[in-house]
Amino acid sequence: MSEVVKKFMYLNRKAPYGTIYAWESLEVVLIGAAFDQEVSLMFVDDGVYQLVKGQDTAGIGMKNFSPTYRTLGDYEVRYIYVDADSLAARGLTQDDLVAIAYEDMDTEEEIENIVEVVDAARVVELMDEADVVFSF
Amino acid sequence: MPIVVDGKTFETDEEGYLSNINDWVPGVAGVMAKEDDLELTEEHWDIINFLREYYEEYQIAPAVRVLTKAVGKKLGKDKGNSKYLYGLFPYGPAKQACRYAGLPKPTGCV
Repeated sequence: MSEVVKKFMYLNRKAPYGTIYAWESLEVVLIGAAFDQEVSLMFVDDGVYQLVKGQDTAGIGMKNFSPTYRTLGDYEVRYIYVDADSLAARGLTQDDLVAIAYEDMDTEEEIENIVEVVDAARVVELMDEADVVFSF
Repeated sequence: MPIVVDGKTFETDEEGYLSNINDWVPGVAGVMAKEDDLELTEEHWDIINFLREYYEEYQIAPAVRVLTKAVGKKLGKDKGNSKYLYGLFPYGPAKQACRYAGLPKPTGCV
């Protein structure tokens, strides 16, 4: 395996259940976790709805994959960013979002919540820093 | 190929995973194990039950390395390693145990 670690960013822009994009993105992240890269997820626009807690899909007959986001830390996703403006435009705050825990395999250091709300300038900076951006 | 448990037929996909997770009864694991010439012990059931709880909470079947880590946390370090888990489930702890537990094939199992 290559020693070079690339920064992968998965950019999520769509609401979770209206289209297949959110689920496809999540599946790629879970499968890609086996490749030992530095992975981050960015949620902007309607994509911020993907992290809203307490969703119930029974009425639309779709599998509820919202609880699955909470396992991302186990799949070694280290950074999860949410665009502050997108959140505010939809009347949401960080309290409306799920918390995702992360434990460092080597140091056993535990972080309670890796979901971080960032401003527009930081979003640009983070996208710039990424080697690869997958847009969903 | 569908499997029959206590006279009741359960649909499966082409890889032998249950088509409908909600159909599962413990007897399913027993019949599947028998087809693999495996006798289920309490240790096997610990893992099967653990997987069902994991799915209930997170709605996915964990990949093998995630399973290994999570088992270590829940059932103790002596069980959270590949050697122990492959000893119980020689066809791969995630794939085989998930099948017995009625879950879909694990996401991210490569």
